[in-house]
This record gives sequence, C-alpha cells and structure tokens, in this order.
Amino acid sequence: MQVPAPIEYERATSVEHAIGLLTRLGDEARLIAGGHSLLPMMKLRLANPEYLIDINDLHGQLSYIDIGATRVRIGAMTRHRELLESVALAEVCPIFRDAERVIADPPVRNRGTLGGALCQADPSEDLSSVCTTLDASCVIRGRDGERVVSMDDFHRGPYETAVRHDEMLIEVRIPMRPHGSSAYAKVDRRAGDWAVAAAGAALWLDEHGTIADARVGLAAVGPNTTGIPAISEALRGRAPGEDAWTEAAAIAEAACRPVTDSRGSADYKRHLAGELTRRTLRTAWERVVAWR
Amino acid sequence: MEVTLSVNGEPVTRDVEARLLLVHFLRDELGLTGTHWGCDTSNCGSCVVLYDDEPVKSCTVLTAMAGGHDVRTVEDLEQDEVLDPVQQGFMECHGLQCGFCTPGMLMSARALLDRDPDPSEDVIREAISGQICRCTGYASIVRSVRWAAVHPEGRSEA
Repeated sequence: MQVPAPIEYERATSVEHAIGLLTRLGDEARLIAGGHSLLPMMKLRLANPEYLIDINDLHGQLSYIDIGATRVRIGAMTRHRELLESVALAEVCPIFRDAERVIADPPVRNRGTLGGALCQADPSEDLSSVCTTLDASCVIRGRDGERVVSMDDFHRGPYETAVRHDEMLIEVRIPMRPHGSSAYAKVDRRAGDWAVAAAGAALWLDEHGTIADARVGLAAVGPNTTGIPAISEALRGRAPGEDAWTEAAAIAEAACRPVTDSRGSADYKRHLAGELTRRTLRTAWERVVAWR
Repeated sequence: MEVTLSVNGEPVTRDVEARLLLVHFLRDELGLTGTHWGCDTSNCGSCVVLYDDEPVKSCTVLTAMAGGHDVRTVEDLEQDEVLDPVQQGFMECHGLQCGFCTPGMLMSARALLDRDPDPSEDVIREAISGQICRCTGYASIVRSVRWAAVHPEGRSEA
C-alpha cells in the first residue's frame, strides 16, 4: 500500500496567501495543484514535504487562456482538459491539442495542470517540450514581485526549475508571430503513457513562403527538454520541403542524448527523435499553408 | 484535521489524517467499498469516482483536497432500487467478467453520458482509456455503454 508520509495541510485563498505560506513554512513546504505528479512522488517517498499548500481554490483566478494579437497568456492552474478542449487555443497553437490528446487519460487530465506539469520538470513530460517549442516564458511571482524567465532558463534539469521555494509559477506566455503553426507527435508504448520519444515543432513563413523561423523541442531523449538552436539556424531562410525536414531530422538525431531503458534502446529513441522531428515540421508547415 | 465534503449527496464530516487518500477515506472511513483500490499509481482507474461531476482517480486525491467538494461513488448510481442505465447496460451486454474494474468503468460511463448522451464507440473508448480491464473485456464494455445511450430510461425493452 502506497501512502504519503505524514503532512500538514493548508489551503491557500489567494496567490499572496500561498506565497506568504511558502515564505513562512520554508523549503519543507510544497504547493499542490492537480497533484498527479507530486502525490505519486510522495507515495513512493521520493518527495517528503512536511507541508502541503493546496492551491486548487485559486483555479478560478489562475485558469485562463487569453489569446492576444502578439501573445497568448495561459494561467498556471489551467487543467490539461481545459487546454485540450480550447478551440481558440487549438486555432493559434494546434501543438497543444496534439500533445494533450496523448497526455495521460481523461480522469488524470481532469486534475493535472499546466503549471504543475512544468514545475515537475520531468524530462519526459510533454508540455515542457510544447512550451520550449513555442519559445514560451514563465511568469514567476514571489514576495517582491514578478519575474519572467524563458523556458530554457526555467527548466534547469530533471525535476529542477528556476522557481525558488518561496515563489510560484502563475502564468505561461507564448509569443505570437504571423504565418506560423505548430505540431506535436509522440511514440508511446500504450495509450497515455510517458513518451518513448516525442517532438514538437513550430514553423513561421515569410511573405515569400520561405521559412522565417522554426523551432523544435524534444521530450524523453535527454536530461532536459531544451530546444535545438541548430535546427532553427539551419532552417531559417530555407525553402520548406522534405530536404529541409530531413536535415532537421539529422540535427535532432545528433543533438539528442537518449539512454537505453525499459521504454526502448538509445538507438531506437534517437531514430524516433529524427523521425518525429521530420513529421512534426512537415505537419506544422502543412498547417501554415492550409491556414493562409 | 476535520474535513467536510459531500458524498453521494450527503454532507460528511470526519477527523482524518491530512495524508489520507480519498479512496481509503471512502472505503475505510465510510465503508463505501464499491470504489475499488487497485494499482495505487493512478494507472488502472478502478478507483474512479465523480468529483464535482467529473471522473477522477481517487487514489491520487487527498481527502483534505476534497473538502467542500461533491464526490459520487458507484453506490449512488442505483436509485430507489432502479439500476442506472449504465448498470443495466453492463448487465445486458456482459460488461463485466471479474468485476474489479467495473465501478470505475460505470462512473466514467455515467459522466460521459451526462455530457454526451449519444457517444460514438470511439468517444466511449477515449472516455474509458484511463481504465484497465484485466479481463480485456473492452468490446463488451463499449457495447454496454452504447446500450445505456440507446436506453436512457434504463430498463430492457425485451
């Protein structure tokens, strides 16, 4: 029987209250949102916080998808299901719907949140890869105000983020550029499982139909879900097409650092990183063309 | 700590440990053993209950977190000795073999039909995709949910 170690439980009634509790209780306190990353870790005694601060009462305040002309703002308490079911978000960032369709299962998606997924910083986690692909920024609030960090700075390594113990992730911001689209693809062993490997791609065209910029983010093939700047450099100014996707796939294969485990061999994962990069770039491009 | 929540429409107040998982609260504190405790790892879905009308895995929710919320378990499906259409459907279409996954399957099916009274087979399969039937009786389960969709009054017309 898996049960967490004894804990003290508090409910936060506002963001300020949550940050006040974190400050007062110190680094033995953890925020709990959906709980679908933290509670399993607590049951396995991999995480042993003394205090849990439940922020689910902040759902009304921190669950939103605000789509503007130059950026999309998503509240950290937005649940997976809300991301999956947002038609407006799928129109501007179809990568979210692609990813959410293959994240866990409906009961888990009813609870898990965007902020919780990012703060867990699991190298196999899909939304970290999605946000990296989209060049998102994370808004972190503390006692002294807010700071905004890029995904590359946010994701410090496996299970490690830029959020300090007395701070809270409250929003994710995604810059919007014209003539762009995105896609996500994952290979898993069974429906809703963690990825064997996964890739996200985003692509923007200029007025001549040439690639203005492109980004790729991989999951589960290295200690981090960082983007691959070399792909962006190789694709900028190129004509979209199979030659470009193949070159990007080769860069992804060379850049990733998979390890052999029960989900597959390092060679297989490397192959997937390349193939999924090729497919998601192709899909993102087809979506831009269809959209224009 | 003292927690008050609504279980099957009735307010319930208990003094519990903050670490107590909802599945154990329902089974051990309230004696509602219809909710099954399976894998402990939010994979199998036999512990699915409705939490504010939506399915959640009760092995991955603290009782304390459910305070102030509305929880419904499989015991709430039958009303006045009349089976819920999903229960009747599982009976009509052989939707259970060993029965271990059944309470979770029934609750997910109920939530699905409340939202979408006429779901396709694909939609049903997606709705129960967080649940494992170790007897592998998925085809019968899907047929059972379809039966309930076609018979919203529940009883067999035969």
